[in-house]
Amino acid sequence: MSACLLSIEDLSVSFQTPEGVARAVDRVSFALGRGETLGIVGESGCGKSVTSLSILGLVPSPPGRIESGRIGFEDRNLLELDAEALRRIRGREISMIFQEPMTSLNPVLPIGRQVAEPLMIHFRLDRSQALAQAAEWLDRVKIPAARKRLEDYPHHLSGGMRQRVMIAMAMVCGPKLLIADEPTTALDVTIQAQILSLMLGLKQELGMSLLLITHNLGVVAQMADRVVVMYAGQVVEAAAVADLFDRPFHPYTQGLLRSMPHIGAHEKDRAARLQEIPGIVPAITQIMPGCRFAERCPHAFALCREKAPDLFPIREGQRARCWLREYPQRRRADA
Amino acid sequence: MPDAALLQVTDLVKNFPLGGGVLAKPTSWVKAVAGVSFTVGRGESFGLVGESGCGKTTIGRLVLRLIEPTRGRIDFDGQNILPLGRKEFGRLRRRMQIIFQDPYSSLDPRMTVEQIVTEPFLAGPRPARGARREAAQALLEKVGLRATDLDKYPHEFSGGQRQRIGIARALCVRPELIVADEPVSALDVSIQAQVINLLRDLQQEFGLSYIFISHDLSVVAHICSRIAVMYLGSIVELAPSAGFSREPRHPYTEALLAAVPLPDPHRRAASFAMEGDVPSPIDPPPGCAFHPRCPHAFDRCRVEKPRLIAAAEGHQVACWLNDGQGLEMAESIGHRA
Repeated sequence: MSACLLSIEDLSVSFQTPEGVARAVDRVSFALGRGETLGIVGESGCGKSVTSLSILGLVPSPPGRIESGRIGFEDRNLLELDAEALRRIRGREISMIFQEPMTSLNPVLPIGRQVAEPLMIHFRLDRSQALAQAAEWLDRVKIPAARKRLEDYPHHLSGGMRQRVMIAMAMVCGPKLLIADEPTTALDVTIQAQILSLMLGLKQELGMSLLLITHNLGVVAQMADRVVVMYAGQVVEAAAVADLFDRPFHPYTQGLLRSMPHIGAHEKDRAARLQEIPGIVPAITQIMPGCRFAERCPHAFALCREKAPDLFPIREGQRARCWLREYPQRRRADA
Repeated sequence: MPDAALLQVTDLVKNFPLGGGVLAKPTSWVKAVAGVSFTVGRGESFGLVGESGCGKTTIGRLVLRLIEPTRGRIDFDGQNILPLGRKEFGRLRRRMQIIFQDPYSSLDPRMTVEQIVTEPFLAGPRPARGARREAAQALLEKVGLRATDLDKYPHEFSGGQRQRIGIARALCVRPELIVADEPVSALDVSIQAQVINLLRDLQQEFGLSYIFISHDLSVVAHICSRIAVMYLGSIVELAPSAGFSREPRHPYTEALLAAVPLPDPHRRAASFAMEGDVPSPIDPPPGCAFHPRCPHAFDRCRVEKPRLIAAAEGHQVACWLNDGQGLEMAESIGHRA
């Protein structure tokens, strides 16, 4: 891997809830190289969004609290920076885009102003210079007749166009890292494809790193170099994208991949039932000892319910949090 | 299969008024459904696919008369349902039910699961209380919940479990047709598979017909035997689901298939983007509504709207490329290589 840009080590984040303290992110570690795309996949409540929000100090506190860990960005630990220092990084060195562009844009400001704002704040450009660059960026994200649309408001634009504005706003200062949290989930599939190509193109052109948070395995397969799979607040598997899809080790990863309906499936597969993962994700306030996936796992044996497994190395670049690494004979052939 | 058809929809049109007021005339119309025809056989699952605003949800609502169409005809079990009065239609309406997308907003948070699941009984001859409770227990077990869940409230369940409650409610009065409007879109991948399997099992057990509405072609292809692809209020292609992935014939279907990100890192799309946005249904483009985004559009597409015509056995397409002249055009630009 090329030089490391971002490294998250043993990050734990908890929330105060009426049911007690919930550890939404539990000792999560991963690293992201320069120019690399890392996908974080997992289902609702697995901790992927909270992890990404902690990077920029955006976890609401209270009720959230960063319990421990280190977030290394180049040579700094972001968790030790004060509010002012973090503000200088946000939008300039690290930017973020979110799922719902309508709620992340200011509805009462014209889009030109919103895209220009980071330039005025970080580079102290005056308004006309900043607006000129904003227009260039709106053009680069393929907003038709960009110059004429500087005065448009977000409600004038379609969902896909709004997400383009979000991307322009995130990119104007030339960040080293873009964090994209479900950037295409709210969009139609043909618009999703447009936004994904746009992001790929910009990334290649500018050489930035991309942290892509998604529940969509297709998006990950198309975009990511490496993948981290999260379940109930923990990393359960991490691997290069080809290994993850060709040789998934963790039963949860395997279950996720098998439970997807395929459009190209043969007639006989279509007639068959989809493979499902039985049961539901445990509530994060009711974590039992042992492996968090044990209750839904077809291979689980006594040890899995007693003792939590570590993230064991599987092969170069691949790790999985599963006792099957130590007890391979326990893997059931029929499951 | 006209004899076996449970539902026949003919030239259905729905325009929603925009602007105007109590006395003022509307200033314009949203052409949500612009002349749609299809049939659903007994025990068949029929899929309606398309992107936001294509009219698929409106069709689902029209079929159940949750809203009234502007024009057109809907026959259920051989009877035209649109002229029926409230009482007559009420009797028929028990034979068709709906499952909604959002398992959070579609269940009343102040009702117990028993009340929710047995609510459809209110619309007709109602069994006694004891019998209702028994029926509710049986329904819950049928959809994979526990009989002991009867006295709980919706907030005590996860999204997937709530969707099971919604399915149990739809099954309560033993309907023949279920309109399932994006029933798994709000669910996580692993739970989505559970609910799809449940819907398939129930179909086999009760011989249900489904109108399965979704934006996700892979989900629809998995559960449906025939699929209609919609674009801006019209069906552009209608075919057996096997025919879709093998040989899509409408350029929009091709684009839709190409836009789905494949879960295979070894087959990365060089470019999966079709240019442009879906046009507004208030003022749809003349001719074929897809022509501004279509890579094959020629003069005729810009002025004349193509009708849905048979292109192969059971396979209908609304595209001038399937017309004689269009076919030549297509060959000359290497479309059917």
